[in-house]
Amino acid sequence: MIHNKDTILDLAAQQKRIDGRALEEYRQPIKIETGISWTAEGSARVQIGDTVVMAGVKLSQDKPYNDTPDEGGIMVNAELLPLSSPEYESGPPGPKAIELARVVDRGIREAKAIDLKKLKKLCLTPEKAWFVIIDIITINDAGNLFDVAGLAALAALRSARFPTVNLETGAIDYKHKTSTPLPLLKEPLPVTVYVLNDALLVDPNADEESAYDARLTVASDADGTISALQKGGEFPLSIEQISAILDLALEKGSFLRKELNKAVP
Amino acid sequence: MVYKKRLDGRSIEELRPMDAKAGVIPNANGSASFKIGKTWAIAAVYGPREMYPKFLQNPKHGVLRCHYNMMPFSGSGERIRPGNNRRSQEIAMVMTKALEPVVDLSAFPNAVVDIFVELPQTDAGTRCAAISAASIALADAGIPMLDMVSSVAVGQVDGTVVADLMYDEEAYEGVVSDIPVAMTHNGKEITLLQMDGEISKADLLKALELAKGATEKVYQLQVKALKEKFTLE
Repeated sequence: MIHNKDTILDLAAQQKRIDGRALEEYRQPIKIETGISWTAEGSARVQIGDTVVMAGVKLSQDKPYNDTPDEGGIMVNAELLPLSSPEYESGPPGPKAIELARVVDRGIREAKAIDLKKLKKLCLTPEKAWFVIIDIITINDAGNLFDVAGLAALAALRSARFPTVNLETGAIDYKHKTSTPLPLLKEPLPVTVYVLNDALLVDPNADEESAYDARLTVASDADGTISALQKGGEFPLSIEQISAILDLALEKGSFLRKELNKAVP
Repeated sequence: MVYKKRLDGRSIEELRPMDAKAGVIPNANGSASFKIGKTWAIAAVYGPREMYPKFLQNPKHGVLRCHYNMMPFSGSGERIRPGNNRRSQEIAMVMTKALEPVVDLSAFPNAVVDIFVELPQTDAGTRCAAISAASIALADAGIPMLDMVSSVAVGQVDGTVVADLMYDEEAYEGVVSDIPVAMTHNGKEITLLQMDGEISKADLLKALELAKGATEKVYQLQVKALKEKFTLE
């Protein structure tokens, strides 16, 4: 598929990139829009360069899991739509979609980003709790889905409002939202650092993404606490490399957070 | 009670506010976004490309294949489980039949032109919005076409024939019929016709007459979207 892999690797060795960006520079435009779907409790469309992802949050009430009777729950699902790339086919999520969903899921879950106990308390139907389902949908995959998807998921969570509930019947009226936001305790964002010919770079375009040696996704909170890691690619990483990757990931995490704060105050 | 004034104050032939754009997905050969009221369809065309699985290939001409999908958060109720269901498969089929008459794939034996339509939010009229978006995306992709297809629902709400029903009208108490229609622009031929509900023959013919004007408004917007993309500044 890729014709300029050698060029990309040669350029990386000289600290350069095929589209002229600096190694640690994200593509433009960076656009974050929320409230794109009236039917979702929270929704967002995020664009970085030519990569576009939508995320939608739906809330439902269900019985808590047996081992956590006083907590609600979260679930993250990702769909790599055939609409978004000639490489993707119709059908159930494959390994790539599942990895994407699980990395975003872990970032949120392990940071304890959503107060799960509050999801139980906010649910007035006894025996039940609120469950948060985040669907990540690719619209145009032009590289770096992890970061764009993570940003979209967080923007959608921030914009989400609980639907109204009929106190007598317990029925959820999805057409009318309350003003109550989700109980967000922390806001983890993933940043993926790619290793190409020993150079570290962020936000690869589609060509760079098919030429990398290794990648490490680092989800971090506003105070720099790391809540999820995922290494990918064929090449191993040294501890020194990982240390440098973490520095870059934390710096870029706060860069993306500023973009999010500008768009969704 | 007779349905005199529409729930959102529109006149009987008035469509909800629309918005259309061509070329919204850079990876696709052609694409479009089409909004009508709170219903939103995004279409992407890939192809002509080799048809897989191979046994579906047609050595005489290319094959048009539509896919229709509501995003999991696009329904007005609970989350929709992702993946194909009976409804989406039927809609994909009638979409294909609605567009096939205007698409000429005779130059592409064994190939397929895939149209993927995704809906981020819905409020009735989704198959019509899907067809209108798909028609723009096909033109954007440069697929040989004999005509444009424009689609909008018409129907009858408690005795009154109206254009472009929204969900609250489909759910109105009393006799309601919802008639999705797709029409070619030049030929004024109907390529999609379905109906839910009850209607008299006289009202049905009245509704189809109303559909002519309604699809014409959609057509004007489709052309505008394409012109905006292909006109140089």
